[in-house]
Amino acid sequence: MSGRKKVYLGVDVGSVSTNFVLLDAGRTASDGVVWKKYLRTNGAPVETLKKGLAAIEQEGKWEIQGAGTTGSGRALAGAMLNADVVKNEITAHAAAALSENPEVATIIEIGGQDSKLIILRDGVVVDFAMNTVCAAGTGSFLDQQAGRLNIPIDRFGALALQSTSPVRIAGRCTVFAESDMIHKQQLGHRTCDIVAGLCASMVRNYLSNLAKGKELKPPIFFQGGVAANVGMQRFFADTLRLPILIPRHFDVMGAIGIAQIARETLESQGKQSGFVGLDVLHSEFVNEGYVCQLCPNQCEIVEIWRDGVFLASWGSRCGRQGQYNASG
Amino acid sequence: MRVTFPHLGNAYIAIEALLQGLGHEPVTPPLSTKRTIEWGSRYSPEDICLPFKTILGNMLEGIELGADSVYMLGGWGPCRLGYYAEIQRIILLDLGKQVEFVTLEVPRGNWGLARERLRSIFGSARIRHLFRGCQLAWAKLSVLEEVENLSLQARPREKERGSVSRFLEGQLQKIRLAQSVKTLRELKEETEAGLQDLMDRVSSHAVLRVGIVGEIYTVVEPFVNLRLEERLGSLGVEAVRTISLKEWIEDHVFKNALGLYNQNSLLRSAAGYLHSFVGGHGLESVARSAELSGCLDGIIHIYPLACMPEIMAHGILPQVSADKQIPILSLVVDEHAGETGFQTRLEAFVDLLQRRIYQCQDGRKYI
Repeated sequence: MSGRKKVYLGVDVGSVSTNFVLLDAGRTASDGVVWKKYLRTNGAPVETLKKGLAAIEQEGKWEIQGAGTTGSGRALAGAMLNADVVKNEITAHAAAALSENPEVATIIEIGGQDSKLIILRDGVVVDFAMNTVCAAGTGSFLDQQAGRLNIPIDRFGALALQSTSPVRIAGRCTVFAESDMIHKQQLGHRTCDIVAGLCASMVRNYLSNLAKGKELKPPIFFQGGVAANVGMQRFFADTLRLPILIPRHFDVMGAIGIAQIARETLESQGKQSGFVGLDVLHSEFVNEGYVCQLCPNQCEIVEIWRDGVFLASWGSRCGRQGQYNASG
Repeated sequence: MRVTFPHLGNAYIAIEALLQGLGHEPVTPPLSTKRTIEWGSRYSPEDICLPFKTILGNMLEGIELGADSVYMLGGWGPCRLGYYAEIQRIILLDLGKQVEFVTLEVPRGNWGLARERLRSIFGSARIRHLFRGCQLAWAKLSVLEEVENLSLQARPREKERGSVSRFLEGQLQKIRLAQSVKTLRELKEETEAGLQDLMDRVSSHAVLRVGIVGEIYTVVEPFVNLRLEERLGSLGVEAVRTISLKEWIEDHVFKNALGLYNQNSLLRSAAGYLHSFVGGHGLESVARSAELSGCLDGIIHIYPLACMPEIMAHGILPQVSADKQIPILSLVVDEHAGETGFQTRLEAFVDLLQRRIYQCQDGRKYI
């Protein structure tokens, strides 16, 4: 065991991707990322999590000192790993950005199914916004349109930069944006102009949805999967007339942040990690949802079982932990 | 008459007592669930607000239990609530429900209609019973608010997670069954003592206090606000109500009917931000945020999608937040609201408040 490097594990289970980061226990976070993995969640968080852990095991050179989970699947992943911290992605993204640059004042984060704006002053989150009931302005939409235009998503941004006159696309709603885009194609606009128009409309949408009434001060970080898109980078910089900084590990910032919070929490409390170990990937997990009938509240409960042993449950209003499924 | 009525938090406990005093048989619909909203939404206009849909669902579930009359609040003012009762009456009529629909509102000139309604409401009541019923209902409403407020303080300090909510549930049912003001007084003391026992008084870590402002139905009805108060409690935060149902009835029913109600104190608090009544609780949201900013750590503003008065408040609150140096989180709910996103926002907001406190205390940075 002695030859293995001590690391902290951060897992960000998002709607589109699940990201894994191993953070060197001895170094500061910004340059401490020793290993990272970006996997598509594909609607199967349990399987994806196992796949990521298998990759860590295969490397065989890490000793995990502690673990944290974030993202929309944080509770599930947290229960599976018995993570030391389970925290929301806003806090995690802010922590990672601050470790890269303690001065950061604005974070633009665009992920698969939501986008966030985080405002910081003096290293503290003072305000945030998340897109509400709409998917316009998220990575999934770009992904879908790239698929429809038959352009690989990683070439999408570069193509947008080739445009000399981006077309104006109605970006208020993804459905209308799509029909508007098709209309512009039928009119014979060049693909690069349409792609550029799409990026521009996403930027407009983001700023009018999330940034209304907020002061975006530099330094501005742009992170999340969509930050890879150079077209989006350019349009943000042009619209805000401010430089946009892309952190080195922009795609896994949530995972970095949560690994770091796990480390700080364990170190400050002097506690031993509860992390279950990589063996967990050979276990079989079963989850089951049902409506609890014990009282009129009708809570929707989700239970998770590891190798036939009850692990955790969510959704009960009364805080009960345990299995209450009559059939189960 | 077998009377059903919409839910509003735990008010059903007081409403039952009132209806019994009036000589009616209350048919309390089951507490709002997913089924209530689905059923209500099916027959509601798509772009109407969530309270309308939930209330209609309550009515349908009450009728299903055999109610022959429906009581609903009316009103007049810029908020759409004023015409909800009428639309719901027509929807129930179109659905072929054979029920008597009674709209309770302060009459404005049409005394003939008012007399007719009063006759059906007071149909078989005996004066003695009526007085006792009103007294009991009012006492129940007061006790309900008191024990609910106590539980808000107890929840973030509870020793075992969920114990306060479980205990409260049992006490509420006892209050529901209580038949005298004396029993209610005893129940209040019993609840107070019981909550004390559930609280952890050893670890006296500072508990954050977050005020809740917004549209009254969303603030008061836990199913609609995704159990906001309980969620805050389990995050270790004390929720502070700025809306009291009892106060609302005193102001808008009793004082208003006598022409004694005015909004001067609200307008004073909102001075510089909003200078007129914009309907619903819009003015209250702004006024309370401004006046309570000094004694709270943060404010949560919650309202249903498309609620006009609160949209006005939403536009003004960022300025209040900046002037008074208090973080304000606005949350919008409708029947499509996702719990995950809601919880994420709450957690992030609580983290933000916590960090502010830490930073104020020792100047260090915590992330």
